[in-house]
Amino acid sequence: MPIKITMPQLSPTMEAGTLARWLVKEGDDVSSGDILAEIETDKATMEVESIDEGKVGKILVAEGTDDVPVNEVIAILLEDGEDAGDLGDVTADTPAPKPEAKAEDAPEEEAESEPEPAKSEAPAPKASSDEGDGSRVKASPLARSMAKQAGLDLGALDGSGPHGRIIKRDVEAALESGGGKKAAPAVAEEKTPAASTPAPAGDREFEEIKVSNMRRVIAERLQEAKQTIPHFYLTVDCEIDKLLAMRKDLNGRSDAYKISVNDFVTRALALALRKVPDANAEWAGKSIRKYRAADVAVAVAIEGGLITPVVRDADQKGLAAISNEMKELAQRARDGKLAPEEYQGGTFSISNLGMYGIKQFDAVINPPQAGILAIGTGEQRPVVRDGALDIATVMSVTLSCDHRVVDGAIGADLLTAFKGFIEDPLTMLL
Amino acid sequence: MAKNSFDLVVVGGGPGGYVAAIRAAQLGMNVALVEREHLGGICLNWGCIPTKALLRSAEVMHLMKNAADFGLSADNISFDAAAIVKRSRGVAGKLSKGVGHLLKKNKVQVFDGEARLAGKGKLQVAKDGKDTDELSAKHIILATGARARDLPDLKADGKIVWSYKEAMVPEAMPKSILVIGSGAIGIEFASFYREMGAEVTVVEVVDRILPAEDAEIAQFAHKAFEKQGMTLMTGAKVKGVKTSKSGAKVEVEDSKGKASTIDVERVILAVGITGNVEDIGLEGTKVKVDRGHVVVNEWLETGEPGVYAIGDLVGPPWLAHKASHEGVICVEKIAGLDHVEPLIATNIPGCTYCRPQIASIGLTEEKAKAAGYELKVGRFPFIGNGKAIALGDDQGLVKTIFDAKTGELLGAHMVGAEVTELIQGYAVGKTLETTEVELMHTVFPHPTLSEMMHEAVLAAYGRAIHI
Repeated sequence: MPIKITMPQLSPTMEAGTLARWLVKEGDDVSSGDILAEIETDKATMEVESIDEGKVGKILVAEGTDDVPVNEVIAILLEDGEDAGDLGDVTADTPAPKPEAKAEDAPEEEAESEPEPAKSEAPAPKASSDEGDGSRVKASPLARSMAKQAGLDLGALDGSGPHGRIIKRDVEAALESGGGKKAAPAVAEEKTPAASTPAPAGDREFEEIKVSNMRRVIAERLQEAKQTIPHFYLTVDCEIDKLLAMRKDLNGRSDAYKISVNDFVTRALALALRKVPDANAEWAGKSIRKYRAADVAVAVAIEGGLITPVVRDADQKGLAAISNEMKELAQRARDGKLAPEEYQGGTFSISNLGMYGIKQFDAVINPPQAGILAIGTGEQRPVVRDGALDIATVMSVTLSCDHRVVDGAIGADLLTAFKGFIEDPLTMLL
Repeated sequence: MAKNSFDLVVVGGGPGGYVAAIRAAQLGMNVALVEREHLGGICLNWGCIPTKALLRSAEVMHLMKNAADFGLSADNISFDAAAIVKRSRGVAGKLSKGVGHLLKKNKVQVFDGEARLAGKGKLQVAKDGKDTDELSAKHIILATGARARDLPDLKADGKIVWSYKEAMVPEAMPKSILVIGSGAIGIEFASFYREMGAEVTVVEVVDRILPAEDAEIAQFAHKAFEKQGMTLMTGAKVKGVKTSKSGAKVEVEDSKGKASTIDVERVILAVGITGNVEDIGLEGTKVKVDRGHVVVNEWLETGEPGVYAIGDLVGPPWLAHKASHEGVICVEKIAGLDHVEPLIATNIPGCTYCRPQIASIGLTEEKAKAAGYELKVGRFPFIGNGKAIALGDDQGLVKTIFDAKTGELLGAHMVGAEVTELIQGYAVGKTLETTEVELMHTVFPHPTLSEMMHEAVLAAYGRAIHI
């Protein structure tokens, strides 16, 4: 019996992915562990390994196909002694797709049929991606209706009702927290008001650039952040001469690490979060989640967008450990090889544009976190000390806070604590 | 285990307390219940059940009076007030004994007396002012219920001015009666006494009767009561009551400020109830009391660790089924069961057993509108229902209210024959979070009154068949 290779689910929230590249072609022999294809998800590119041995009988989804639902058959592997004639077995046991009306009636229901493989070289995106994940979503009719209204994907929610049923309050909680996951793009695009699609500037020529998965996620999340999170901003200047001296001293001692200013900033922020735990929190609609761990997400610019690898428990790691971990994460981020758990779930973020000479800026909060610290460049500035003019290296930092969680005083406390660590870096050892 | 030491002691044996005790026993707890008067509480002894027995007598009487409509004849229809009351008391007595058997079967130890908190995990039981038993418990549920509220300058004297208790056991049927308050209790007595031939006046301070019900339903009932010969004064205030040996002169100011004096044999005071928060040892504990009711969270926990409160004691809606349900939630939470769900107020049905009956669940149309919903409202009249016509009871209305956006059933309101038996259908639907779609797909048996529930859903979407 031929083996179906399906679109893997590479993260718990993944519903569909782009089949970026095939590394095998029809007729190739593959053995267990061979890389078959590369899949691009929201933020990362992952490889699909073969679990079985055999010969690639048929490739059903072409390279570059977007929004291939999880569990959709992408290729068929023939086992020993099978030939192309056996492919029919696979096509025969998958019923033909039902008429379109089904998608309209019950878009959230289990997909009883996968598209007929022979015809699915360019599968049409489904109305809702949880249709294709093969597992039935248990949800109350009202929860389904509300999710449909809101363009929310039920498959991404946890049910709190009896036997894990998704009920009204789960959808409400997801909507309030701004979380949950938007349904497949087909639905999302429908909802985009026509007015927001800018008209081309007269008859001037333009290049239409296809939006990548990452770009789409960035767009959705930042739009959500600015529309739903009441931001406010606090700026403070930090003198960093002591820090720079200490950095030089430390870096001169060993070649095993090269600590950057950003590594100091990461550790200082984590320690400040420990000191002001009220800021290390998240708005969850009916509750506020206060985190025990200080997991600092650091924005890294990569080709086509940005990503935020997370330094876990940064308050419990030394500068060298943070530095080496960050370097490694940043490198893999640029290579598009980060695993989802490496860039999801930080409790607070840092965005540093100091290396571009930016003096000061306001960053957009990365939901569902309650804040982000925007780091400006360190530069020599005149400062007044005891009535006399002096020169110091000063770095301006701006904290963006979610006012639902963090009030001005708490934000100020956090910044004061941060400034304390930065200006007197020895205290980071305490 | 030491004697008089329990996992759970429940104070009060009403529908909240005894259900909590039995549920706890089912979950393997060692349970005691303290009751000062009757097992079954007000509901069973002086509330829901005996009034239903009285109203049944009234209903039979109504049918007999209208026997000709059904091709039957009955002459010289009369009643024996004592026998009607005796039947009502008998029904209550039978059920109270039943509760005793249930508690015994579940090995719940019952203490006769009044209990009060006496330090952490301790309760003192007293009978007739003398301390009898000292109980210790890991958990204590207060379920002491509530009692009728008096007005600041009018107290029930039990002779001329009745509370629900005297109104339930009349020695003779008064010829005229004035009911103060048009909530469920007031209206049920008004309906009973009107059916038994008394001249009935209802005085309600709010601008309509049944203030908690949907305005359209209350209006429907208002007309039906007036047709029966009841006098309903809304937006009116009782300014004073002068009682004599044989009756009372009640001074009423109507909605326009015009005062008049009404002579009646009896007055029934039905202006709401207040929690029994006194003499249960709350002083010195962290249990908070707000306007006569104990303050609890969604799991019925008071401010004092290990002390819980349920039912009428914690506030409205003052309904036996709400108390029972809270008892179960409270106990299951104590036992650490999975999937305990807090009570959702809009999923609690309410019933009033006047004629015509009234039943409702969820938001009224006004409240739904005020909450900002865009509504789809469906109505279906009894006159369009075969069973209602066959019953000879074709006056009534079923009304449904949906959220136009999601199809959520926000509320359902009914007035007419047997609606109190119908409302549960919508309660199941609401608890399962059904939308109009599932309700439309549900098959309703023919011929039943329940078909109107289907039609009222269809009507909300312009699809009713029989109208």
